Amino acid sequence: MQNKTADFEVTLRPETSWLQLELKGIWQYRDLLSLLVWRDFVAKYKQTILGPLWFIIQPLMMSIVFTVIFGRVANIPTDGLPPMLFYLCGQLGWNYFAQNFNSNSATLVNNAGLFSKVYFPRLVVPLANLISNLLTFFIQAVTFLAFYVYFKASHQGQFAMNWHVVFLPLFVLQSAALSLGLGLFMSALTSKYRDLVHLSGFLIQIWMYATPVIIPLSKFPEKWRWLVALNPMTSIVESFRYMLLGVGTVEPLYMAFSVVFTVVILIVGLLLFGKVEKTFVDTV
Amino acid sequence: MSRPAIEVHNVSKVYQLGSIGATSLKDECGRFWDRLRGREVARPKSEFAALRDVSFEVQPGQVIGLIGRNGAGKSTLLKILSRVTQQTTGEITLRGRVGSLLEVGTGFHPDLSGRENVFLNGAILGMSKAEIRSKFDEIVAFAEIEKFIDTPVKRYSSGMYVRLAFAVAAHLEPEILILDEVLAVGDQQFQRKCLGKMQEISEGDGRTILFVSHSMAAIRRLCQKCVVLDQGVSSPMLDIESAIALYTSNLTESEYDLKVADRPRNWGAEGRVCRIKRIRVTSEHLLAFGKPLDIEFTIECTKAVPEAMIGLAFNTLEGTRVLTLDSDVLGKYLHFEPGEYTLKFHLDSLPLHPAYYHCSAALAGGGFFYDIVDPIAIWQVKTSDEDHWSDRGAGGCRLEPSVELTPLHGTV
Repeated sequence: MQNKTADFEVTLRPETSWLQLELKGIWQYRDLLSLLVWRDFVAKYKQTILGPLWFIIQPLMMSIVFTVIFGRVANIPTDGLPPMLFYLCGQLGWNYFAQNFNSNSATLVNNAGLFSKVYFPRLVVPLANLISNLLTFFIQAVTFLAFYVYFKASHQGQFAMNWHVVFLPLFVLQSAALSLGLGLFMSALTSKYRDLVHLSGFLIQIWMYATPVIIPLSKFPEKWRWLVALNPMTSIVESFRYMLLGVGTVEPLYMAFSVVFTVVILIVGLLLFGKVEKTFVDTV
Repeated sequence: MSRPAIEVHNVSKVYQLGSIGATSLKDECGRFWDRLRGREVARPKSEFAALRDVSFEVQPGQVIGLIGRNGAGKSTLLKILSRVTQQTTGEITLRGRVGSLLEVGTGFHPDLSGRENVFLNGAILGMSKAEIRSKFDEIVAFAEIEKFIDTPVKRYSSGMYVRLAFAVAAHLEPEILILDEVLAVGDQQFQRKCLGKMQEISEGDGRTILFVSHSMAAIRRLCQKCVVLDQGVSSPMLDIESAIALYTSNLTESEYDLKVADRPRNWGAEGRVCRIKRIRVTSEHLLAFGKPLDIEFTIECTKAVPEAMIGLAFNTLEGTRVLTLDSDVLGKYLHFEPGEYTLKFHLDSLPLHPAYYHCSAALAGGGFFYDIVDPIAIWQVKTSDEDHWSDRGAGGCRLEPSVELTPLHGTV
């Protein structure tokens, strides 16, 4: 019995250093992580009839609306691809990031009730969000594939999946890292200053228009393209399109910048979150 | 002697008062700027110390109660021990897994069924899925809601909700269990059931329990010792009855420099010939076990007094005399002429067991009392590093006899 307790000895001190993450704890709480993922996924659609179909309906509706408004009415070109497919692909690349950011940007505030009553590594909640949104991503990817097959079969337009599609998981990972870093960063700030909760709401909406989701990068004037490329999501969305449909503007420079930006924001987010999570209960 | 399961050393917790947000941002920027410029950093405008220098130790297997008035700092201390928040200063060591029940039904999701919530809540409290599965039937049986286990929790009555929540927590198997007033909910029958379960946990499994409650009956039934919190200050580990007496009484620990000249004298001594005017504890450690005790009395005499003595008495809070210090025990008398005197009272080593005591003083001579001040105050004899066995709980005085050991012939 003595040896067992020795494994669990912990000394609590008022730490003020910046390096405070407990990654070991996350492994200890892996069962909780999986239960939270399941809860996020299941509890959303309890008592609904359509249930998980709702995961498909949102991007589908959005794409239809975009096709009609931007494609037909405004006549914005789509790099030679069938508009519906173009928008679905853009949505696929964008949605994972957007959903993660939305669920994570106010983690501490939204779960204050839970966090103020029981201890578990706070990082478990954003990670659970990341994983449950990944499941949503899969469902939307399948939907995309279905449309891809339909368009291919009916010979509408010139496009083909690229062999580079094996790299798709890397881009998904980058998306996850970027949204996690940003989400944690925002969580840490929103726990004290509520202004940012209101801000993050429409921030993500505006951000979408600054990303080539609706308008391909190739249609931006040459001299302004670097500005759009400052947006780390630009490289990801364009790469998605290139990998899945064979048409997209992929510049190694933009990609490199995007990855560096992601790594930096992830580190900053983790550090800030780690510093705040121990005492935010006092100021949330 | 095994190491303590819980060690709390000089823990303080300070909160900022007022609204957080724009005002605090301005404050923070101001302090950051001060720090950059090397100026002394201004303290924030308003602070509240919820805990001040709290220290105590809990040995493995003990059941310790934590009592105090509302706002004394009990929940804050539990939150810090549960790692929900962090102390401002001080150090805490926990040996063993900690299970905390600060609220009943933490993390229950209203749309999920009882079954699903048992798993969710159990995982939140730190159990693994396998553990929950193996105890699932026990938990449901304890909560007595077999019929409703698959209905969404939002449809439960408050009683069912509380029973289920407590059932999950009661089947946690941490080495250290921390409970915050959870028995306040639920009906009589349920409370009895919970108390029974907790007794089972502590006696049968030998877990360490730290238990906050306002129910003195529950404290008496479950706890072996108790710590009393009063406005953030902790008493030492007391036996149950002293702790409850301290908690329920209206007397609080007084100061150590008292002007007693104008106090009414109640015990027959008029204090006209000789009167104690002021009593001041001047020893470096005030009153601490094993440490020197120094008290300065200011005495005024109106007539000459040939043979007098001064005595200091210590009684427990219930009124039992445990120590009398009389200056004439060895035949030395005091002589007073009319006038004012400072009398320095010294004891090399205070043998009193750490606790709270009623203290009184008396000036006497020739068989009768000149002046009695009773009570002077409630003073706390603190523990000190001379005291290695403060947990023996013997009470009273502790002196050290000299011992000599001689082996008898024929022993190996």
